[in-house]
Amino acid sequence: MDTTVQQRISQEVADNPVVLYMKGTPVFPQCGFSAAVVQILSHLGVKFKGIDVLADPGIRQGIKEFSNWPTIPQLYVNGEFIGGCDIIREMYETGELQQVLEQKGVPVRA
Amino acid sequence: MAMDAAMIERLIKESLPDAQVSIEDLRGDGDHYAAHVVSGAFRGKTRVQQHQMVYQALRGRMGNELHALALQTGAPED
Repeated sequence: MDTTVQQRISQEVADNPVVLYMKGTPVFPQCGFSAAVVQILSHLGVKFKGIDVLADPGIRQGIKEFSNWPTIPQLYVNGEFIGGCDIIREMYETGELQQVLEQKGVPVRA
Repeated sequence: MAMDAAMIERLIKESLPDAQVSIEDLRGDGDHYAAHVVSGAFRGKTRVQQHQMVYQALRGRMGNELHALALQTGAPED
């Protein structure tokens, strides 16, 4: 495991309230699963930082080790790993995602 | 590389013997699946932990041979 990469990730998720590790950018997602999460966050009016793992192979591998999670996208709120595409979609549908964001002090559009 | 549904089910059941597993091949290409897994072992676990248990059962195949597995997990209802 590359410790500098792990440190960069820790720093990134600590410095930004909502971070989405994804394939492509929020404007041009390169994968349907990443696009789905971007769409949900945008719909909720949540400001987030998108990090394109395709632009950095070290991060692409490192983020999987960081969370012990094998797939991209990955959503972090206040440094905590919330889930991948399936979980975010399920949480959005039940209203749990909005609750979690609000509990963590992230403004959500009603 | 593709993986067949029976193999996915077998791997999950090896780790979670009580699991009820239903798998759907979404595109018929052996590469995009949806799995619904119900197991008593999921009780008291978060969704992230439940999915991690399934990924663990697949022993590194998820994200490699297995490109897409939409997961839904839960504990059995009493």
